[in-house]
Amino acid sequence: MDLYQQIILDHSKRPVGAGLREPFDAEVHHVNPTCGDEVTLRVTVTGEGNGEAAELTDISYLAQGCSISVASTSVMAEELTGAGITQAREEYHAMKAMLTSRGQIQGDDDVIGDGVAFAGVSQYPARVKCALLGWTALADALARRGIDIAAETSTDKDHS
Amino acid sequence: MRLRDGYAVTNGTLAAGGFSAAELDQIRADFPILGRTVRGGKPLVYLDSGATSHKPRQVLDAERDFYERLNSAVHRGAHQLSEEGTDAYEAARHTVARFIGAGADEIIFTRNATEAINLVAYAFSNATSGGGGSGGAGGSSAGGRFALGPGDEVLITEMEHHANLVPWQELCRRTGATLKWIPLAPDGTLDLSSLDSRLTPATKVLAFTHVSNVLGVVNPVAELTARARAVGALVVLDACQSVPHLPIDVAELGVDFLAFSGHKMFGPLGVGVLWGRPELLDEMPVFLTGGSMIELVTMGESTYAPAPQKFEAGVPVAAQAVGLAAACDYLSALGMDRVHSHETALADRLRIGLARRPWVRVLGPTDPAEQGAVVAFVVDGVHPHDVGQVLDDAGVAVRVGHHCAWPLHRALGVTASTRASFAAYSTPGEVDALLAALDRVPVIFGLEAS
Repeated sequence: MDLYQQIILDHSKRPVGAGLREPFDAEVHHVNPTCGDEVTLRVTVTGEGNGEAAELTDISYLAQGCSISVASTSVMAEELTGAGITQAREEYHAMKAMLTSRGQIQGDDDVIGDGVAFAGVSQYPARVKCALLGWTALADALARRGIDIAAETSTDKDHS
Repeated sequence: MRLRDGYAVTNGTLAAGGFSAAELDQIRADFPILGRTVRGGKPLVYLDSGATSHKPRQVLDAERDFYERLNSAVHRGAHQLSEEGTDAYEAARHTVARFIGAGADEIIFTRNATEAINLVAYAFSNATSGGGGSGGAGGSSAGGRFALGPGDEVLITEMEHHANLVPWQELCRRTGATLKWIPLAPDGTLDLSSLDSRLTPATKVLAFTHVSNVLGVVNPVAELTARARAVGALVVLDACQSVPHLPIDVAELGVDFLAFSGHKMFGPLGVGVLWGRPELLDEMPVFLTGGSMIELVTMGESTYAPAPQKFEAGVPVAAQAVGLAAACDYLSALGMDRVHSHETALADRLRIGLARRPWVRVLGPTDPAEQGAVVAFVVDGVHPHDVGQVLDDAGVAVRVGHHCAWPLHRALGVTASTRASFAAYSTPGEVDALLAALDRVPVIFGLEAS
C-alpha cells in the first residue's frame, strides 16, 4: 500500500521527541472525534514576535492514535524543533496544502522534509484529519502564545 | 467455540438456518450496490451494515414509485394525489406496525432513531416546564409521570450509543434530574450486580440498548423491564441493532418505548420510528411543533391532534416511510428467524477465524449465548484506523473508531476498535475475505509473528 511509507511506519513506532516536557509556554489537547485520536502538545518559544526573531525551542507531545496521526506529529516535531516561526508557518501551510489537495500536490522535501511521505494521505479524505492533528495542535498552541501561523496568506490561496 | 444448533461453521456454505449459496445469490441480486467495485476494481465486501445497510430494488422502487405517481404533501389538500399519498403513508404505518407487533396508531415516523429518542427526552422536558400540551387543553394531566425534577433519576448504561446517552444527559441538565448508569462488566456485558442501588423508586426512566452496536451483546430486556416496572420507571429501548436483525414483538418485550432507524434495515435514509404504548403517547407532551400536529390554533394558543399525529410536525417523510414499509415486507419475506440465524452463523464464523489469530483480541464476551450481527476487535499495537485502511485496500468495508460509543470503549480500556457487521446479504466468503485481508496487517506493521 502506497499510504504506509516506511518513513511513516518508522515515525509511528519511534516518534521523535515524544513525551511531555517542562517548562513550556502553552499546552493544548486536540482530539479527532471520529476515531478518538488524541494529542497533548506543548510549545516553548524563545525570542519575540511572529517571524524570524522567534524560535520554537521545544515541541513536546503525547500522541495516541493511528500511525498516520502519530507519525505526522513526529515528523513535525523533527522538522520544527529549533526552527524559526517563519519556517513553521511555511511548513504548516505546505503540509495543509498537500494533504487537502486530493493528490494534486506532491509536496516539496526542501520545504517539508519527511512530510512528503504523507502525500498519499491526500487520496484518502477520511485520513486527512489524522495527518493534520499534530499540525493543527501546534498552530493552536502557538496561537495561545500569541503567534499566528494558521492565517491564510495570498500565497496559500494560490494553491487552492 | 460454541457451535449453535449444529450450524456448520466450516469452509463452504452455511448449513441449516443460514441462507444457502443459491438463496444468497438471489438476495444479493436485489441489491444493486453490491455489484460495484472499489479501490481499483476490487469487488465490494461490505461489512458495515450496522452503520447503514444497503437497499434492495424493492425499496428503491417503492420510494421512486411514490415520487413518480403519488408525490404530494400528505395529510393536506383534498386533491387526488394527496389522498393517494396519504393512503400510501398510512398503509406504510400499518406495515411497520405489523413488523414489530404493534398497533398502527402507536407508530410515530421520525427522521431517524436519534430524533425518536430525543422526542421522548423532550417530552419529559416539556412536561417538566408545563409545555408541549402537558398542562393545556390538548393534553391530559399536568406533567404527570413525564415531569422530572431534582431528586428524580434517569438510568442508562455504559454500553449506550451516544444517541441514547447525550439526550438523557441534556434532559437531566435541563430538569435538574440526576443521570445514573449501569456499568459495563469486564467481559462487555452489563454489570447488574449493583442494580438494586441504581434502579430505585427515584428512577423515572430506564433507557438502554437492546443489542450493543459495538459488541453485539443482547441485553436481558425482560429482566431489566421487570425490575424497572417494580420501581415505576418507564423503559425506553434503543432497538436500532435489534429490529433489523431479530424477530421483534413489542408486546413480548414489555417496554414502554422503542426506537429504531429505517436505514439500518434496508429502508431509506431519513426515516426512523418511535413506538410507544398508546396510553403513554396520549399523555405525553409533544416535541416538535408546527403544521400537521395541531387540533385548533389561535393567535394565543393551540391544542394538539391525537397521537401519532401530534408527534409528526411538518410535512411527513412519506416517500421514506413507504420505502421503509417495503423494507419490512422484504425482511418479512426472508423471515426474521432466518435472517438472525444467518447473521449469527456469520458472526460465529468471524469469531472462530479471529480466535485463530493470536494478535487479534475480540471485544465483549468470548462465547456469547446470544449475539447480534456485529463483532468488534482490536489488533494490539495497530490503531483501528490503520486496520480499517488495510482492509479497505482489499475492498473490505468495516467501521473503525469508537462507533458513537466512546464510554463503552473507555470502559474496556481501548480508544477505538474495528467492527464488522452483517446483514442478510452478507456471505461466508465475505467473512473469509476480511480474514485474508486482515492477515496483511501484521506484515505491513511489522508485528511479531506469533
